[in-house]
Formats: sequence, structure tokens, C-alpha cells
Amino acid sequence: MAKVSITLQNTDEARSIVDAILADNPAAEVSRMPALTKIDCEGRLSVRRESVEAQLGRRYDLQELQLSLISLAGNVEEDDDSFTLAWAPAAQPANA
Amino acid sequence: MTIEIKTASIQPRRHTYANVARRIGADKPASRYDESMFDLQATGAFHYRPTWAPEYDLFDAKRTAIVLEDWHVLRDPRQFYYGTYTIARSRMMEAAEKAFAYAERRGHLSGLAEGWAGVVQHYLLPLRHYEWGANMNNCSITDIGFGSAITEAAMFATMDRLGIAQVISRIGLLLDGGTGSSLTAAKTTWMTNPSWQGLRHAMEDLFVAPDWFEVFVAQNLVMDGLIYPLVYRAFDDAGQSQGGGAISPLTEFMLDWYDETSRWVDAVIAAAAKESPANAIHLSRWASTWATRVRDALQPLAQDVLGDAAGGVLDALVADLATRSRKIGLEA
Amino acid sequence: MNAMPPLQKQRKLSLKERYAHLTRGLGWETTYQPMDKVFPYISYEGIKIHDWEAWEDPFRLTMDAYWKYQAEKERKLYAVIESFAQNNGHLNVTDARYINALKLFLTGVSPLEYSAHRGYAHVGRHFVGAGPRIACQMQAIDELRHAQTQIHTMSHYNKFFDGLHDPRHMHDRVWYLSVPKSFFEDACSAGPFEFLTAISFSFEYVLTNLLFVPFMSGAAYNGDMATVTFGFSAQSDEARHMTLGLEIIKFLLEQDEANVPIVQKWIDKWFWRGYRLLGLVSMMMDYMLPKRIMSWAEAWEMYFEQAGDALFEDLSRYGIRKPKYHEVASKEKHRLSHEVWSIFYNYTHAAAFHTWLPSEEEMKWLSAKYPDTFDKHYRPRFKCWSEMQAEGKRFYNGTLPQLCVTCQIPMGFTEPDDPTTICFRSTEYKGERYHFCSDGCKDIFCDEPEKYVQSWLPVHQIYQGNCGGAEVKDVLAWYHLNFGADNFDYEGSPDQKLWDEWQSQKSANPV
Repeated sequence: MAKVSITLQNTDEARSIVDAILADNPAAEVSRMPALTKIDCEGRLSVRRESVEAQLGRRYDLQELQLSLISLAGNVEEDDDSFTLAWAPAAQPANA
Repeated sequence: MTIEIKTASIQPRRHTYANVARRIGADKPASRYDESMFDLQATGAFHYRPTWAPEYDLFDAKRTAIVLEDWHVLRDPRQFYYGTYTIARSRMMEAAEKAFAYAERRGHLSGLAEGWAGVVQHYLLPLRHYEWGANMNNCSITDIGFGSAITEAAMFATMDRLGIAQVISRIGLLLDGGTGSSLTAAKTTWMTNPSWQGLRHAMEDLFVAPDWFEVFVAQNLVMDGLIYPLVYRAFDDAGQSQGGGAISPLTEFMLDWYDETSRWVDAVIAAAAKESPANAIHLSRWASTWATRVRDALQPLAQDVLGDAAGGVLDALVADLATRSRKIGLEA
Repeated sequence: MNAMPPLQKQRKLSLKERYAHLTRGLGWETTYQPMDKVFPYISYEGIKIHDWEAWEDPFRLTMDAYWKYQAEKERKLYAVIESFAQNNGHLNVTDARYINALKLFLTGVSPLEYSAHRGYAHVGRHFVGAGPRIACQMQAIDELRHAQTQIHTMSHYNKFFDGLHDPRHMHDRVWYLSVPKSFFEDACSAGPFEFLTAISFSFEYVLTNLLFVPFMSGAAYNGDMATVTFGFSAQSDEARHMTLGLEIIKFLLEQDEANVPIVQKWIDKWFWRGYRLLGLVSMMMDYMLPKRIMSWAEAWEMYFEQAGDALFEDLSRYGIRKPKYHEVASKEKHRLSHEVWSIFYNYTHAAAFHTWLPSEEEMKWLSAKYPDTFDKHYRPRFKCWSEMQAEGKRFYNGTLPQLCVTCQIPMGFTEPDDPTTICFRSTEYKGERYHFCSDGCKDIFCDEPEKYVQSWLPVHQIYQGNCGGAEVKDVLAWYHLNFGADNFDYEGSPDQKLWDEWQSQKSANPV
């Protein structure tokens, strides 16, 4: 199955996000590089708001990901509690 | 040329970009506004005509009757570039957020008389569609306008209108307990209520007006020039005795925005009018034609809110607009 | 005034529903003017949209959040730009040869950010659905951000190095800059659906990493703090743009089966045009970065071959296949950068950035990265040129090159299966012969000849007398190129002299 990925800056705040992702997604593989961290994962990957809040020690709005995000690969699914990347087909095929 | 390094200071070989130096008259340190405004847009050597408008070039000064020697004269007096723009707006929103947080925490708009809540829903909430129309018009100016000076400011105005539409929508959600029913009702009002049809008709006619500078004048000078003082001052004043003061902090954003943006609108029109009598004639004609039409369109709404005082209030606003227009070089 | 109907007791909205009210709920079906007059460009491309409401907003960004987060990014970015300028940060790059990558970026890429800004404003007005229109408007203002922040970031470099002083003027005239200029104008002059397929999908999703990673990582590896900071700041905008790209393509494919072949044709066209444009990046990666990140071949493998596999696997359920000629790009990956660098080595007297011969050490790296091609096909020419330079006869090509009509690059590419033969294609159209560097470019022309015959080809224009005069010097003056400063080899350039002086004085203590 194809991998999804998310790449984040190496800022203080983003480190907590990375930790939350690794805790919630057992299949995640992390590559730490100068100035950025890339996480690859088979199939799907979720960033959970509650997990990030636990790491950060404060309330967190998933929209704040804007400030740390560098790149991503995969279809995006977003609600109040989680931000998910997946390659799994979700849509209906085209109608004539 | 010598380079001396004293206490790690190195003399620059030039102070700014060559095109900026040409524009400001000398190679000297330039403002961030100047460096990121001048000559951003291509003016020639285009490769392909747009398939969506093959009679024009990709950027074409001929898409308006206004003629300018140098389109950079349409400077923004606020000197907004993206950085200063977003910082200014985020500060304005911080103040608005406080007002919303206060109201949202309480779960209602305390002191607002039930009857007046209905009036507010009638005159304010449908404006979110007016703002969406203004977004479309300023987006069109950004699309086919000429020169980076006016189009970049129009881009900021485009996003501003969306922002204001969202502020109005949030007021609706406060009024209907977060269910969205007031917004659904407001759309029906915008589409079918007789008091709003004149304005919606004018807006839709603007969507198809071919001259983008006319759209600029009609939307940003005339429509806003009448609607903003009418709704956010006159209507707001009328509501004070009915607990409408609960709404006022939530619409401060609009008043601050209008005051600030009017400086830009006036400066652009003044610069274009100053350049030639021909320009001034076009601009004046557009301003006066649209002022008549918009005033008539607003009459029923003003009547709904202000009763018999409506006519007098509208006359005063039209007179203010005429004064403002004369100041920027337009004839009545 | 009609009495307001009593508000029914309803449940509170979910965040998704609330967002819908704040965005797509704002639009309406016009009645005083017909919808097809308000939105006149929506059907001429043959794309069928049955339900605009099916559009999914992946990032629910309202304007209050936009202003807040973007302002925060801007504050951070400008603090770094200020600090960089105050501390003469330009002295910390690995070597002044690196700056030539920035010259290429500022004159070639930054103007594309502005084109994108206007192009997205066009679609942001002319798409029917309010949801996608808002996404496009946000991208339009983001691209303006990129154009302006790049100008501000590079401003300090312009004060100290050559070739950065007149980017717009050069972008619109200089021969190699018509490559990016025509690329983007091709997209902007197309209809709204093709524009989004070309830029949001092909450029911002499929190929983006091949532009951004080389330039931004190149900056990081070579001590260019200002560009790195800009790059990271812009990247979070890019995440939103990438998502729009994937969303739009799925939306088009899901709306009607008839859209599939049209979209496939655009994917093919824009893959190839984008790939040819990235030839400039390939040479930047392999030849212009004193400290290299990876080879072009490695980047192509990672960011197109592998990443593309996953993407096109996902899209295959719609009937979309990988772009035509992708296998040609893979065949070319061991040759591209060397051929492009050689073209520029030929014409450095007419370019606004310097070129130079790779050092022995650099050729060792190139050998290792390109074991099948470098020593066999390219080292010999560098050896020959090096000998000429040692004799004081540094080679500059005295005639103007033939340009491919579609991509406008000089025709220096070789046959996919034969690196010793120039790849040369042609066709006749209305009594004229047109020339192409590849099957990919020829196919693009043949599909829309009326478009490409309009091309403003720099070499043709010079010969027609439209570029300042009959002598090279006249043309260069017309380009606003500072003769003897912007052009010629890095060896002996003012940039090099000054760099050496600055570096030697860094820790010198003159008596």
C-alpha cells in the first residue's frame, strides 16, 4: 500500500506535534533532518487534537498546524478533533 | 570602486532595484511598499492571447476607458504590502474577537429587544451576500485590472469582503443560537424580499459590467459610500434605544475598515481623475449614475428601519457622497 | 417590513456545517443577470460540472484565522530578513557562485508567483462554486505574498551582487527567461479548469517538490539563511495549495466520466511543460550549488518516480494513468543537467548570471552520481573547454540557438535512447515549419497550433530587430544587462573579486 507523509518544521511547538503523531500512529516512520522532520506511514496517518494538547500542555486548534506544516502527501480529511491523511479510496466513481 | 570593511560595515553597491530607482528618481533606499509594488505586472512580450478573452492581451490597459501614462500612480496611501496588510487585519480582528467572545460566552446578545432583533436580522444579515458580491467585484478588478498598484490593493479588498461577510454571519449565529436558521432566512430575504431586490439587481448588473474601473467606482465608492454609513451608523444609531448597543461592538470592525479603506478608494480615484479631463468625465458619470440608482435601491430598506426619517437620512448620505466626490476631483 | 418567522429550535451546527455557512452559503444563483453571463468561462473547455456543492473544503480556514496565522508568519519572517540585512548575512553563504542560483530564482521564478496571483484571482472570480472560489482566492493572495516576500528577501542580495537588479524587465525579455514566462502565460491564457489542472495539480502537487526542495535545501546547505526562512514560511502555504490541487483533480474526475479524457490530456501536457521548465532546476542542483543536496537524478527518483507511483495508483480508479512521456523523463534523468548546463555555458556572454567549469572535485561527485553518462558523454567537453579557457579562449558560442517553439529552450536535448544525437522534431502548419526539442513538445504544439504560433520567441525576435539592435551588445543593453558585470564566466567577475576581498577581510587586521 502507498505511504502518506507529513513534513513539519523543527520548531519547539512542532516537536510536540511530532511526538503526538508518533504516539498515535504505530506504523509511522520518522526521518529527522536539518530544520525539518518527515513522517511516512503506510495507508493513513492521523494528528489528534487531544494528543497534541497532552504534549503541549495547552489547548490546541488543529488549524494551528498551518504554522508548522511544510508538506504533505495523501488525501486530507479534517474535523474538529483530528487531521487525517489517507490514500484509501473514499469517493464514488464518476457518473455518466 | 573600493570596498572598505570597518567594524564589519560593507558599503552596498546599490541601494535598491534598478526599476525602483527609475521610478523614485534615484538609487536610494526604498520602502518595502515601493520595492514590492513597482513593476510586478508584465506589460508586454506576451506569448499567448487568453482563450477566454482573445480580443485582449493577458494584461491589457484597454479593458477600461480610463487612460493613464503610468498605472503606478494609483498608489495605496496605506502602503499595504502583504505583511503590513495581514498584521493590520489581525489586529483589527483581535478587537472584534473580544467583542464576540463576550457575547458568545453569555450565549446571547443581552439587552437586545426581541422586536429589534428581527429588524437587525432584516437589515444586517442579508448584507453578507452584498459583501460576497463585493468580494466578486474586487476579485474581478484583481483579475483584469491593469498594473500592480491597484490590483494588489484590490486583492486585499477582495479578502476583506469575505472577512466582513463572515463577521456578519457570526452575528447571525449569535442571534439564532448557533443553529444557522437566521442565515438561511437571510438568504431568502436577499433573494425574495422586495426591500432588497433593488440592491441585488444592481449588484448582479455590476457582475457583468465590462469596464473594471466602473466596477471599482460603483462598488467601492458609491455602494459602500452609501451602505456603510447607512447601516453601520444610521441604522445602528436608530437601534440604540432598543438595546441595539449589543450589536455595535460587533460591527466596529466594519466601521474601522470602511474608514481605512475609503482613503485608498479616494486616492485611486483622485489620481485617475487628476490625470486628464477625459478620465474625470468617465469617473464622474459613473459615480453619479450609480449614486442615483443605489439611492433608489436603498429607499425601501431605509424605510423599513427608519420609517419617515428614511428620506432625509438618504438625502444627507447622498449629499455627503457628492461632497466626497468633489473633493477627489469628480463633477456632480 | 415582513415580520420575521419565529426561529425554530434547532440543534447547534457542527464545525463543518458552520464553515459551510461562512463560505459556500454566501453565494447565490443570480436572476437579474443569467448565470452564464455572470460566469461566462465555465463551459467552453468541455468540462461538465453537475453539482458544485460536491466540492469538499479540506482546510476550513475562515478569514479571521487566515489573517491571524499569516500575520504571525510574516512577523517572524521579517524579523529574520531585518536581522540578515543588519548582520551582512550574505557573507555567510558557502561561496558567491551560489548567488547565481538566486539570480535564476529571482528573475525566473519570482515573477511566476505574481502570474499565479493573477491567475488564481481569475479563477477565484470565474468558478461557479463559492467553496472552490474561496480556495482559489486564498491562493491568489498567498501567491502575492510569495512574490512580495521574495522581492524583500532578495533585496539585500541585490545590494551586493550583480544580476538581481531588474527582475521584471529581464523576465519579459531575456532569452532563457521566456521559458518560465511562456510556461505560466500558457496556463493563465487557458480556461479555468485547465489552469487549475496545470498549476494546482501538475505544478503545485505533482512537481512542486522538484522546484522547492532544491532551491530551499540548496539555500540551507549553502548558508543562505534569508532564503531558507522564506522557504519554510512559504511552505505552509504550499501545503494548502497542494491540497487544493489534489481536491480539484478528484472533483473534476468525479463529476462526469466525460471529464476524464480532457483532464488526462491536460495532465500529459502540463507534466511535459513542467518537466522541461525544471531542466533549469536540474542544472542548478548539479552545477550551481557549491554544497550539493542530492543529484537531479536522485531528486527525480524520489519526488517523481516514487511519490508519483503512490499518487497515480490512487488516481487509477478514475481511469487516469501516469503522464505521457514520463518514461522519457526517467531516461533523461542521467543527462538533463549536463545538457542544460552546457547550453548556458555556451551563452554566458548573454546571460545575467555566471557559469563556470566544475572543479576536479565536483567532477568526481558528478562521476559518482552519474556513473553511466558523465565520464562518457560530458567530462570530455568540460576537459576541452577547460583547455580553451587555460589558453585564454574561454568558449562563447557566436551564433544564436534554435529554440523549441513550445518550451522555448535551445534545442540541446538528445534522443531519449541515444545521448549522442540531438533530438529534433518538426511539423508544418499553414505553410510554416516549426521545430521542437522532443515528442512531448511537438504533441503539445500539434494539439493547439493556433496557440503556439503566437509565441514570442526571443531568438526570432532578436533577428526581427525587436530587441534593441543587430549587435549582441545592443540586445544586452535592451535587456538591461550590465555588460561585464552580470555576464561572462564567474572567473574574473566583479562578484568573484568582491567575494574574495570580503572573505579575506573578514578576520584580517590591517596595520
